[in-house]
Amino acid sequence: MTCLIKGCNFVLKNIPHEAFVYAKHADSEFRFQNTHPDIFPYLLINIGSGVSIVKVEAEDKFERIGGSSIGGGTFWGLGALLTKTKRFDELLQLASKGQHTNVDMLVKDIYGGAYGSLGLTGDLIASSFGKSATTDKEFSKEDMAKSLLHMISNDIGQLACLYAKLHNLTRVYFGGFFIRGHPVTMHTITYSINFFTKGEVQALFLRHEGYLGAIGAFLKGAEEDNPNQYSWGENYAGSSGLMSVSPELNPVQRARSGTFPFDMLEMDRLERQLVNLPLLQDPTSYIPDTVDLTEDVLAREYWLYCFEEALDGVVKRAIASQKDQPKAVERAEKFRQKYRHKLQTLRHQPFAYGSLTVRSLLDTREHCLNEFNFPDPYSKIKQKENDMALKYYLKVVKSVEELSWEQRQFTLVKGLLAGNVFDWGAKAVSDVLESDPEFGFEQAKLQLQERPWLVDAYNQWIERLKGPPHKCALFFVDNSGIDIILGVFPFIRELLIRGTEVVLASNSGPALNDVTNSELQILTERIAAMDPVIHTALKEDRLALVQNGSSSPCLDLSRLDKVLATVVRERGTDLVIIEGMGRAIHTNYYAMLSCESLKLAVIKNSWLAERLGGKIFSVVFKYEVPSNIREIKS
Amino acid sequence: MELNGFHCDGEGCAEEKEEEPPALMLPRSKTETPCSLIATPGADSEAAGGSALREQRVSKSTPVMLRLDSLKKNRPPFPWFGMDIGGTLVKLVYFEPKDITAEEEQEEVESLKSIRRYLTSHTAYGKTGIRDVHLELSDLILWGRKGNLHFIRFPTHELPAFLLMGRDKHFSSLHTTLCATGGGAFKYEDDFRTMANLQLLKLDELDCLIKGVMYIYSVVSSGPPECYYFEHPTDPERCEQKAYNLEDPYPLLLVNIGSGVSILAVYSKDNYKRVTGTSLGGGTFLGLCCLLTGCSTFEEALAMATEGESTCVDKLVRDIYGGDYERFGLPGWAVASSFGNMICKEKRDSVSKEDLARATLVTITNNIGSITRMCALNENIERVVFVGNFLRVNTLSMKLLSYALDYWSKGQLKALFLRHEGYFGAVGALLELPNPS
Repeated sequence: MTCLIKGCNFVLKNIPHEAFVYAKHADSEFRFQNTHPDIFPYLLINIGSGVSIVKVEAEDKFERIGGSSIGGGTFWGLGALLTKTKRFDELLQLASKGQHTNVDMLVKDIYGGAYGSLGLTGDLIASSFGKSATTDKEFSKEDMAKSLLHMISNDIGQLACLYAKLHNLTRVYFGGFFIRGHPVTMHTITYSINFFTKGEVQALFLRHEGYLGAIGAFLKGAEEDNPNQYSWGENYAGSSGLMSVSPELNPVQRARSGTFPFDMLEMDRLERQLVNLPLLQDPTSYIPDTVDLTEDVLAREYWLYCFEEALDGVVKRAIASQKDQPKAVERAEKFRQKYRHKLQTLRHQPFAYGSLTVRSLLDTREHCLNEFNFPDPYSKIKQKENDMALKYYLKVVKSVEELSWEQRQFTLVKGLLAGNVFDWGAKAVSDVLESDPEFGFEQAKLQLQERPWLVDAYNQWIERLKGPPHKCALFFVDNSGIDIILGVFPFIRELLIRGTEVVLASNSGPALNDVTNSELQILTERIAAMDPVIHTALKEDRLALVQNGSSSPCLDLSRLDKVLATVVRERGTDLVIIEGMGRAIHTNYYAMLSCESLKLAVIKNSWLAERLGGKIFSVVFKYEVPSNIREIKS
Repeated sequence: MELNGFHCDGEGCAEEKEEEPPALMLPRSKTETPCSLIATPGADSEAAGGSALREQRVSKSTPVMLRLDSLKKNRPPFPWFGMDIGGTLVKLVYFEPKDITAEEEQEEVESLKSIRRYLTSHTAYGKTGIRDVHLELSDLILWGRKGNLHFIRFPTHELPAFLLMGRDKHFSSLHTTLCATGGGAFKYEDDFRTMANLQLLKLDELDCLIKGVMYIYSVVSSGPPECYYFEHPTDPERCEQKAYNLEDPYPLLLVNIGSGVSILAVYSKDNYKRVTGTSLGGGTFLGLCCLLTGCSTFEEALAMATEGESTCVDKLVRDIYGGDYERFGLPGWAVASSFGNMICKEKRDSVSKEDLARATLVTITNNIGSITRMCALNENIERVVFVGNFLRVNTLSMKLLSYALDYWSKGQLKALFLRHEGYFGAVGALLELPNPS
């Protein structure tokens, strides 16, 4: 039991979209819940052979507050007696085909209709198996199995509600072999909970509930180290997905999942503790992803197609990055197969790993590349680009300094945007870059959309800059090379001169051509050697470099390195800048922060641009001020 | 207690008590004004204060004799029936007047006599109708008349036969109102009219249930106690039935176990709510027993259950943990999984029908106990009264419920039972006879 709770706490805290609500007749069957650091208190209803009801109040504080002997074993045992069917799965299949109304006595069988004064509808079950007591006819196996399933699910749901009410809990998770991804049982339990609580309590299920005990046991072993020093993340490459839409489909899907005869969950231990960005307006309602591809069918089809199209290029680059390494071609081919297989699985079961998003597709690709030992296919390209861009740094800075204040601000913003055109993550750009390596900074500026931009809050931003300087700006940076060196650095240089402290947050590990923290350390040293402004700022600690705790081309503001959160708080950060499509469009486009924020990106994907009402290379420049701050100012 | 007014404590008292119209003393349905029997036209439209004044004035100026007349006028004509048509059983209570004067005897129509004779001279009707003679209440005073209250039951599927009999005995010629409650009062209303030319007065079953409980408890003073409990329920050696004083009954959790189960929290005679219910009730026990053992009656199922042993069918805590699961306070004898041993073929082949019947009984009973206990905790009520025909001749379940409530609540909750367990709805229906609305 200790292991079970440990495992449950673990998955709720660490696995994105672990918990979900099941809705049989909704557009998407599974509605996933976001991970939140604050998961307590909750009720765990574990339905094994019997039922255990456990109240969990803290990591190591839990209590079995009740239970019931009517559980999965009752369904199986009684079902086997009634239907002469031996296997649990077969019983569920029988149940999914049956009509319980043939066996159960309904309210309308007693009343002739509804029992209006009590609000009991006619279809409500008044007495489970009540008809088999008064009729002499034979009942079909299917009908009896269905009636049994209803009886047990309703009973468990009712008890769960009574316990939830008594202990004043609204989060109720269900687990155990009775549930284990069986849509029929999830549906009946959900129905029962809705009925008994009139919708006040939601039945929540867990993607990995079958492994809770095992995960807990593993963690117990792993706790020899200090568990407070790291977090975990699901590895999409190693994990097999959520199965089964209905029991009939099950065998097919299992066969399709191919590689492994059993389900897998692979977790990566992240060497840091992950926490919320302290500047999130409402951490509990924060959802990083802009579009949920499990729900948006058109977007899903596009992006799955897009990632499949881009696969050849990724494979080519992976091989190129390890030309001299043994078996690089072979490994790259394995990567291709694996990722393609994942994409195919997702096409059939978009919910397999929780909500499907552009972020999860990108992350899955990174995980797959890692699995076949391509941890950083862009390392060489990044180096080459950095070296090239550094040569232009002083020239760019000098030309900016000569401009008038107004012109300078605009040029800096344009530089930021132009730098962001250089992004190997987007196919349109990688095509150009691959065919013309001399594609320069100035040419990129020409590609940019003229103002007014697709989203254009530039005037408000300039008005703000005429006011007092910000205390501290947190900048989530994007790509290496021209983007960081000729776009970001001149821009923050201006902020530093204005008297604003700057924190540059970069990825902890490699993803595409995004600049990593260790790369940024070296780059900054090299720039500081040329530029006294940066040199002084570093020395006076007014420019800080921190890692964000992620290795994703996107950004989840609820899972950031704890050190970053501390720095943000200590420095009184009052401006957050998020740059790039992955971090500002695919994720965080709608994120609400409690301080001023700039979200800027160039849309380098024509489909996405069209969807947002623009064309390729459209510019998003979103400047937001939370209403409470706006009021103070005015 | 108010309701004692209906019980004859001595010869003289009956007349004295008759002074007040009985309807005033009965728990009334919520919609009626307390003075409906003596209300003058217009009283309803008066402001609350004015209406009270008028009532006072009327009662002061009304001589006792006039009120007795009014009682006679309002006294319903014989025969007096109350009916509760449930999912499985029809419960019928019949008041047999024993103080019929020679004059009345003369006037009494033949059909009325025949009904009285038929019901009181038999203890079984047809193949399935039964009069529970041991429950009969004799020398009862109801609405100024003295007589015996009879308790009769028959399966709901025999209702058509009952209606045909009513037609053949010209029941409809008696111009009586038939007070009926239970779902069947609604479902079979048309059949009553078309088959037997009878008009039903349909009544809410929970209202009737509570009225019936309070009434019967108030009129039983001699003989076996109406309300009882099991002392030392956790110690089989010392466990015995004891009378319980229910004079001050509120608040009370009332659990009615018929085909299904309804759980009511009763705070006063006209303030109650249905807390919840479960579909795992008497109908489930019998239904599953029929399917598992091939039996066909409740008595058969119960007899088998008495012979059987559930521990080979159920998986106990000790089957899983080898003993108690101390960390969570689970004793080894507790059932971990009802029918849990039946997932294994060898064990399925080795159990007897009796064992299966016993396991079914234990499963259903414990589940009711468990849900009841949670409701009691949620409603903060310590006294629980179990009624309904599932408990008829079912000491096994009563002891189990007593045990479960006592054990899991560490002695906080008390399970109470009533002798007329299944008939309270029908009694409550009978009590509405003078209030045709």
